[in-house]
Amino acid sequence: MTHLYTVTLGVLIAAGLLTLVRLVRGPRALDRIMALDVVVTMVIAGTAVGMTMRDDSTALPVLVVLALLAFIGSVTAAHLVEKRKGMR
Amino acid sequence: MTVLRDVVTAVLFLTGACFCLLGAVGLLRFRDTVSRLHAASKAQTLGLLLILVGAAVHRPLGEAPVLLLVALFQLFNAPITSQIVGRTAYRTHAVDRRRLFVDELADRLARDGTPLHEQGGLTPDKEEGGNPDDTDR
Repeated sequence: MTHLYTVTLGVLIAAGLLTLVRLVRGPRALDRIMALDVVVTMVIAGTAVGMTMRDDSTALPVLVVLALLAFIGSVTAAHLVEKRKGMR
Repeated sequence: MTVLRDVVTAVLFLTGACFCLLGAVGLLRFRDTVSRLHAASKAQTLGLLLILVGAAVHRPLGEAPVLLLVALFQLFNAPITSQIVGRTAYRTHAVDRRRLFVDELADRLARDGTPLHEQGGLTPDKEEGGNPDDTDR
């Protein structure tokens, strides 16, 4: 079971790194917002896997807070991009 | 029973992680913002949901409602973000219109007398390089 958790975390970390490349490269603000949203999703997924791996539930509130922050953050940022047409 | 639980969690975790990886690859490889949106939303909804269900199967029953709450937030989050990003992309001319077969919104806007695009085109993302005329990929 431990190997399974390691493999899952490894795949998630690889996915997160690929998303970070898109986050850095852009080229538009919208791409970055989307990539950031996906990164947060992968952090949530990794936290859930780690929680199961270590068999403790300390990180449970972290999941909820991250999910809420991801929502508020990306919606606000996308709205700002729409308002400021120059920021592409 | 424990073995069954472990197997279910293993399958769900691996499938979810693979969906996240595929979404990340798509986010990196696809050419314009809306295509990337399509790839990203798979990782955001299906990938995360599978992993959360896997965790809920393995953890004590009392934690399932909290994980359900996270899943619900994410199910609200992904479509709303995608819709707003897609709309903003359309309005800021980030959609590669030469690669579209049908553009119902443009027809609708033209019928209502408020066309958004006069000139029609879009500058392809510079970093992708290449010939802007090759549309088949």
